[in-house]
Amino acid sequence: MKKLLVYLKDYKAECILAPFFKMLEALLELFVPMVVASIIDKGIGNNDVSYIIRMCLILAGLAVFALTGSLTAQYFSAKAAINFTSKVRKSLFEHIQTLSYSELDCIGTSTLITRMTSDMNQIQNGVNMTLRLFLRSPFIVFGAMIMAFTIDTKSALIFVGAIVLLSIVVFGIIVGCIPLYNKIQLQLDDILDITRDNLMGARVIRAFCKESSESEQFRKSNLLLAKSQKFAGRISALMNPLTFIIINFAIIILIHTGAVQVNSGKLTQGEVVALYNYMSQILIELIKLANLIITITKAVACGNRVQAVFEIHSSITPGSRTDTDRSSQYIVEIKNACLRYKDAADYSLENIDLSVRRGQTIGIIGGTGSGKTSLVNIICRFYDVEQGDVMINGQNVKDYDLHTLRNLIGIVPQKAVLFKGSIRDNIRWGNTNATDDEIMQAIISAQAEDIIKSKDGGLDCIIEQEGKNLSGGQRQRLTIARALVKKPEILILDDSSSALDYATDAKLRKALRNADYSPTVFIVSQRAVSIRHADKIIVLDDGKSVGTGTHDQLLKSCKVYKEIYDSQFAKEA
Amino acid sequence: MKKTKDKTKKETVKRVLAYISGYKLLIILSMLFAAVSSALTLYMPILIGNAIDLIIGRNNVNFSAVAKTLTVIGIMICVNSVLHWFMNTINNRITFNVVRDIRSDAFSHLQILPLSYIDSHQHGELVSRLIADVDQFADGLLMGFTQLFTGIVTIIGTLAFMLSINIKITVLVVFLTPLSFFAAKFIAGRTYGYFKTQSEIRGEQTALIDEMIGNQKIVQAFSYEETASQRFGKINDRLTKASVKAVFFSSLTNPTTRFINSLIYASVGLTGALSVIKGGLSVGGLACFLSYANQYTKPFNEISGVITELQNALSCAARIFELIEEKPQLPDKDTAVELENVQGNVRLNDVCFSYVPDKKLIEHFDLNVKSGQRVAIVGPTGCGKTTLINLLMRFYDVNSGSISIDDNFVDDITRHSLRSNYGMVLQETWIKKGTVKDNIAMGKPDADMQEVVAAAKATYAHNFIKRLPNGYDTVISDANSGLSQGQKQLLCITRVMLSIPPMLILDEATSSIDTRTEKQIQHSFAEMMKGRTSFIVAHRLSTIQSADIILVMKNGSIIEQGTHKQLLEKNGFYAELYNSQFAV
Repeated sequence: MKKLLVYLKDYKAECILAPFFKMLEALLELFVPMVVASIIDKGIGNNDVSYIIRMCLILAGLAVFALTGSLTAQYFSAKAAINFTSKVRKSLFEHIQTLSYSELDCIGTSTLITRMTSDMNQIQNGVNMTLRLFLRSPFIVFGAMIMAFTIDTKSALIFVGAIVLLSIVVFGIIVGCIPLYNKIQLQLDDILDITRDNLMGARVIRAFCKESSESEQFRKSNLLLAKSQKFAGRISALMNPLTFIIINFAIIILIHTGAVQVNSGKLTQGEVVALYNYMSQILIELIKLANLIITITKAVACGNRVQAVFEIHSSITPGSRTDTDRSSQYIVEIKNACLRYKDAADYSLENIDLSVRRGQTIGIIGGTGSGKTSLVNIICRFYDVEQGDVMINGQNVKDYDLHTLRNLIGIVPQKAVLFKGSIRDNIRWGNTNATDDEIMQAIISAQAEDIIKSKDGGLDCIIEQEGKNLSGGQRQRLTIARALVKKPEILILDDSSSALDYATDAKLRKALRNADYSPTVFIVSQRAVSIRHADKIIVLDDGKSVGTGTHDQLLKSCKVYKEIYDSQFAKEA
Repeated sequence: MKKTKDKTKKETVKRVLAYISGYKLLIILSMLFAAVSSALTLYMPILIGNAIDLIIGRNNVNFSAVAKTLTVIGIMICVNSVLHWFMNTINNRITFNVVRDIRSDAFSHLQILPLSYIDSHQHGELVSRLIADVDQFADGLLMGFTQLFTGIVTIIGTLAFMLSINIKITVLVVFLTPLSFFAAKFIAGRTYGYFKTQSEIRGEQTALIDEMIGNQKIVQAFSYEETASQRFGKINDRLTKASVKAVFFSSLTNPTTRFINSLIYASVGLTGALSVIKGGLSVGGLACFLSYANQYTKPFNEISGVITELQNALSCAARIFELIEEKPQLPDKDTAVELENVQGNVRLNDVCFSYVPDKKLIEHFDLNVKSGQRVAIVGPTGCGKTTLINLLMRFYDVNSGSISIDDNFVDDITRHSLRSNYGMVLQETWIKKGTVKDNIAMGKPDADMQEVVAAAKATYAHNFIKRLPNGYDTVISDANSGLSQGQKQLLCITRVMLSIPPMLILDEATSSIDTRTEKQIQHSFAEMMKGRTSFIVAHRLSTIQSADIILVMKNGSIIEQGTHKQLLEKNGFYAELYNSQFAV
């Protein structure tokens, strides 16, 4: 949390002024019982009506000043807390943009989203409350005690005793309940998991007639939860009665000793009333303070989580080259490359060699988990190789500026993701300056023209978040168009025709071959049919290359390839 | 519009009361304790005031009377605390028991809702009803119990006590207190608009965060980082402005009501002190009044807080009850029989079905499958293949026409016996949180270890299971298992392999398994399908060539039907599909 506080530096004045004004308000509140005491002792004692009126006007005046102080404080603290969080949020967002795939895998995107949203809200709330209350509450509690000392030392000692006891009870119960509430949260998560699981598996559960045993399982967890809730409830239900006992017994003692003191002339009646009033003020503020401490603890925990993200830095150091030289013989050259994902025991790619000439079509085939996508990942430098080199246009990918490198490549990822916005906006992700003509061309090549025709508004048709209003195949074709509009030198289709039927798949491949910018195409697939006509096919098995060559060569020389092929094309008997 | 809203609100309250009515005795006790405890709390300042009146000045203190009063106060404190604790505990118990009952009912109801309900609602939204909404409801209910009743008793009690001391000042307090109430209301009204703007912008920002960070890899692949940051920055600036306003204005409530209370306090002080001089009030009475003036406004603010909280709780409750009252699937007929000794003759007669009335899907569909036949269903994505499975398993009911198994109409059979006669493997795998063994033995809970291992060996799942940290006892779940999609699919196949019911449904059952493993387990598949009626949905044409009947579906209807050979000769849609895989 500490390191985040630098974002407060533009709001130093607010951070000092807010608590200061809040303290001012508290100070004014502390005067009230004193004024009341003098009304009783002097005003009533001397039957002095004008004195009473004056004192009551002072009370009203104190209220006006307290209001002004408090409003000023609220304004400064709101301004500081919100601007602070806003800055942290913005720099966290920008920081996340710089992380590489490796770090994203480690942290997980859902965690990042929580950091950006609910954690930030907690932090904002924590800073705001701290600025408002962290001086006020202790100030009133101890101020009341000090005021008591100025009235009468003996009675003030009762305050000390009461404050100590109250603190033990209030903090004890609150701290004691924290683990109970954590347990409740865990049990709640548990029944949340059961519910979500149940909904996802509704078909399987019904197919296996498991409805009643599911209900039984839920009922058990639910029972446990209710039990813990009731237990925690019983403990926290102690708070009110206990504090009530302490405060009121303190008041009894106070009045009792007060009676003795008044009798011997050391105290006046009004002063006893003042002491009584101070005692009543303590309790409310002490509870506020305890709650403030919880809020702060939560905010600090959230702050630490956010700071942890800031402390993660990209493992990929971009190069500086912003141009590329097209004279080399090979457009892509992979030499003896090995890739191991972070924290993984085994290599995902081992000693891969591959050289590709400009304009060639390369097929990458293999079973699930054989390393096909990993190969794509090192070409785009989403991950760095542990050994070996990846060259594009004769230049190591590590020497390129990342944007320059990725602008050379158009990629269609496995998962077809589109974003909220018009079809045009989505396609333009590939090329911000693309004209409608260029966009349509890409869409036609991607076999997606029928989508545009069937949708109201054509290119202006709004895609919902995650492309919900499109079918899987439609989404996939639009993501292909998004890559094509770049007119990339290198085009990578990562198993991206899986949702397309064979006929469309074939038409797409034909369109790519005829493209005027003649891209070098990498096709990753599990289907032999999608790659059999490639200029070169690389067969992967468990991260190793077990064969490179054309379809005909591989059928003869590569056992794995032949097995894959045969499994998909039943031999004509 | 408003009327129906009020009506549903009334209905909701009724339902809540129905749940609570099981705890009548506890509720009566709670109210009784609350009343006594509030009365005692209120009586305290009077007693303290009396005590103060006995302490007038030097050598003017009535010690024995003071001691007597203080003893009374002491006893009252103890009684009050015990009652208060009992009340809190009872309220807790009622609340959490009611919540537990509602949750269990909601979950059980989920089990009998038609699948169409689950399919057409976002799971996250249903989960949030069962978890977040119920929780929110609990909070509101608890707060209502503890504060609403006490608050009302306190207000009435304070009034009564104040009246008993001095009527004039009471009238003053009564007329002034609503001021703070109005101030709070006024501010809340003003703030509402700011909060609405804030939450709208926040929603916009969360959506952007979801999209961009959720798909961070794509953002980077397309070098979209800077644009994303710019878009974020713009929304962030707007949010900052809106938030400062919303937070500041809402934080005005407390200081303002405090201010008005202070003014009331000052006026009570003034009129009170003047009355003392005139002799209408004692000093102790004044001290007592001042402390009432301080706390009289509190329950008003609390009650207004409770009312918003309760309204919120009611709207949460309404969402839960909407789920609980959702019409369940048609129950099995009383005369429904258990399906036994199934041969596997499946007959669909003039079946019509659609998910939404105005979008026709399957129409006048006839199919006659004889025992042991293999039916393959092919067609482009979204053509209705899965729909057929939904009907066979009776996840959905037909709109018209009939489906029968061995001449028993499916609606004359219990759902459980119908479904347990099918072995189903779906494209979307689902793993229940639990051990590998429990997952495999789902359809046959009494299976012993040997049977489980044998089934796993047949599907080649044994190979990876034995490498898991605890073998068959490893706990896995759908989200967090470290299993690949293919491995999950193998487990699902093993599930069916263990019990092998008389009929099979395989919906893209091997889509995530690489073709080599698929080939390896094909033998087991063949063994499994031998003599059993099976329905197979597949993308890969090689898996379906040997089927007895191939159904070619497009846009929800069957457009071709026949064997592989017949269909190729027909040279229609199937032939086009088939040939495209060899196309250049």
